[in-house]
Amino acid sequence: MRWLNRITYGIDGATVAEYQTLGRKGFLEKQLRGSEDGMPAAVSATLAHLDMINLPLSQSLQDIDLANKHINTLPTEDDKQQARKQLNDQAGIAVYETNKRHLLRALYSPAQLKEQMVWFWDNHFSVFQGKANLRWSVADYEEHAIRPHALGNFRDLLMATLKHPAMLMYLDNAQSAGGKINENYARELLELHTLGVNGGYSQQDVQELARILTGVGVDTQPTSPKLKPEWQALYLRDGAFEFNPARHDFGDKQFLGQSITGQGWGEVEQAIDLIVKQPATAHFISNKLALYFVSDDPPPALVDRMAKAFQHSNGDISAVLRTMFSSKEFTASLGSKFKDPMHYVVSAMRLAYNGKTVTNLKPVNNWLNSLGEPLYGRLTPDGYGMRQRDWASSGQMSKRFEIARAIGGGSAGLFDSDDGSPPVAFGFPMLSNRLFYETVDNVMSVPVKLALDKAASQAEWNAYLLASPDFMYR
Amino acid sequence: MSNPNYSQANIGAGRRSFLKRSLSLSLLTASGLSAGSLFAAPATQNRFLLVFLRGGYDAANLLVPYNSSFYYESRPTIAIAKPDAKNMQSAITLDGSWGLHPALRESIAPLYVRKEALFMPFTGTDDLSRSHFETQDSIESGQSGAKNRDFSSGFMNRLTQVISGAQPISFTDALPTIFKGNTNVANVSLKGVGKPPFDDRQSAILAGMYAGHPLEDSVREGLDLRQEVGREVEQEMQAANRGAISPKGFELEARRMARLMRERYQLGFVDVGGWDTHVNEGGASGALAGNLDNLGRGLSAYAQEMGTMWKQTVVVVISEFGRTFRENGTRGTDHGHGSVFWVLGGAINGGRIVGEQTGVDQASLFQNRDFPVLNDYRAVLGGLFQRMYGLSADEIQTVFPGTKARDYGLV
Repeated sequence: MRWLNRITYGIDGATVAEYQTLGRKGFLEKQLRGSEDGMPAAVSATLAHLDMINLPLSQSLQDIDLANKHINTLPTEDDKQQARKQLNDQAGIAVYETNKRHLLRALYSPAQLKEQMVWFWDNHFSVFQGKANLRWSVADYEEHAIRPHALGNFRDLLMATLKHPAMLMYLDNAQSAGGKINENYARELLELHTLGVNGGYSQQDVQELARILTGVGVDTQPTSPKLKPEWQALYLRDGAFEFNPARHDFGDKQFLGQSITGQGWGEVEQAIDLIVKQPATAHFISNKLALYFVSDDPPPALVDRMAKAFQHSNGDISAVLRTMFSSKEFTASLGSKFKDPMHYVVSAMRLAYNGKTVTNLKPVNNWLNSLGEPLYGRLTPDGYGMRQRDWASSGQMSKRFEIARAIGGGSAGLFDSDDGSPPVAFGFPMLSNRLFYETVDNVMSVPVKLALDKAASQAEWNAYLLASPDFMYR
Repeated sequence: MSNPNYSQANIGAGRRSFLKRSLSLSLLTASGLSAGSLFAAPATQNRFLLVFLRGGYDAANLLVPYNSSFYYESRPTIAIAKPDAKNMQSAITLDGSWGLHPALRESIAPLYVRKEALFMPFTGTDDLSRSHFETQDSIESGQSGAKNRDFSSGFMNRLTQVISGAQPISFTDALPTIFKGNTNVANVSLKGVGKPPFDDRQSAILAGMYAGHPLEDSVREGLDLRQEVGREVEQEMQAANRGAISPKGFELEARRMARLMRERYQLGFVDVGGWDTHVNEGGASGALAGNLDNLGRGLSAYAQEMGTMWKQTVVVVISEFGRTFRENGTRGTDHGHGSVFWVLGGAINGGRIVGEQTGVDQASLFQNRDFPVLNDYRAVLGGLFQRMYGLSADEIQTVFPGTKARDYGLV
């Protein structure tokens, strides 16, 4: 069960049943493929009706542009404020829908490994929804840049983030142009996304990459800009992403010891090839995966083997994961990785409500907020920490106990409608059920069993189980 | 008052002096200084509270340059009137050039008169992004200019590492960047907290599950703190039911903070939001005035609630940036640069306007829009920490890499 708890966000009845049918090997292979066979119909139906975020991003960005222009023409300050508030409220809805989609998948998708990897890459290529227009674009970023490649090829994933307006706006590359260079994205691409801070690149490399990335930006207008004839062939456009030669620095560059001839977008492709082929990238990504899935101090020998798998497979993420999951280090680490807030909250809900679909995700967002790990809420580009010390402060532990009580007591309003209609009655879950006795009970430690025996009610029993040290680890 | 240091502090409380850490109590006795003549608690017992005004508060209406005609030209609807004894809505004279916002007449102005408050105009950071989150982040990390920035380390966490024995606490829901790092920092939110979530029996059962576990201390501290705050909330409710006037807003939070810092914690952090006044900022009354009133009452209540410990306490109020000097088209102000820091405390060298200054006219504006920064916040705080805790130059480098501390004689 500890193995299953680590491969997934935490067990529920459906996961256990599937595991019993497929066996360990079959289950893992299905997870590595990311197959979503068996997604509950109710969840699929909800996801299909998230109207605000199911629009194409280029369309929403154009709409916001138009709305802002319209607001500026309004006659009075009051009208302007009211219109701004409306737009702002809509952005709030977009963010809620984005959160809801992510959480529903994390809670109920059979592709549990894929959902964790979507979170992992969201966090690795972290963007902050509070900046610029990002409240409108994080949904598309996750859906079209991260998700298709979550278990796929690392170069494809990196390139998809590089071409996404959310990343280009968040790290300011959209403002970077020849003669007016902003190094922010170039630096973080090397330091946080690929090579790592000690990955053997220099300040010179950062500057040269920033030059290579000039012109990689965002265009929210429906039509492309008018360019000189010789630049028209070099202009690229994909939705709101553009490569604009008029903003590009066409000089030759020296990057990671190689000469790159000034030619436009081809420079970006060359630079990304170079970066992905560096052993430091294979190592950095492997180490971070092991940090997330294995240990606060990843065993160096395991990371080396994963890095080799990365290089042999040209950056096939599922190949690296397979190496990791089949290692003895992974098996030895089971049950000892402290859950970050996302794992804690999702695993508690999966165990407690066992497939009963939550309708109101607002309490869940509040819990993640109060534990300091809201989705798309990391201000800085480094993403959230993954070690116990990042999440086990005294205030955070007692907050977890309060959340355990809310989930175990059934009083959190999770099954209310999220549109403001009156709450529905829902009793507390029965956590001391067959699933518990067949799976969790036999690995519980003695102090926890003693505590459970002292519970005065089922709700209290639930709270102790979810607040127990055993449940804090995966 | 079970801690003997407190009674020592009482004896010497009249003296405006902070002892350096090296002068421990035993050294003082050995050198023949009587405890009655000096402020004699170890420096690690000094209290430091940082109040972060998130959103970039409009410092030019907190500290009013009342001699500047440019100020009155630049702010046709939101300027604060020149000091005038007959007009309670006018600025309160602090010195020959600066006046205080009238919303602080009953709270902060008396502290200034008692020399327990000072202000530092033209203070801030070299960060020029004018973005809330980027500037807040760079201030909290305190590593601007450092070669390899550690994203998971804030300067108050590094401060706890160089002051041995100081207990840190963050009065926030989650741990803010400023307190991230290697030292374990307690955190508890004091706003909107309810009654204790667990009774004593339940708390004991929860703690019992962690007996002998590596998280035992953290769990106990968290439960104790939450129960303690919960009990205070209950007592406040009972007092309110007996007809006592219950404090509201930040004052309520500040009184709770003071009680925790008086008894158990030496280094504190709290943030207060709502300062991003782009629209209808108001002048002597209105949005900013309401916020300042709330803040001022809270800080004054904090000073009172600290009791005798107030003499060993320094509170610094900061914000990520100042705002545009000129009023914008929507009767508000936009993101600017230089700010005004506040320093409060029972034994500070207060009643003054401190630091490098320049005239307030168009020529002195930074990029023809904002107050310039003439006092780097890290040099200011570094100098303060040096005075309060006797830190070495190396220790200052740990707290603020690449910064030379400057002693402004704040305490």
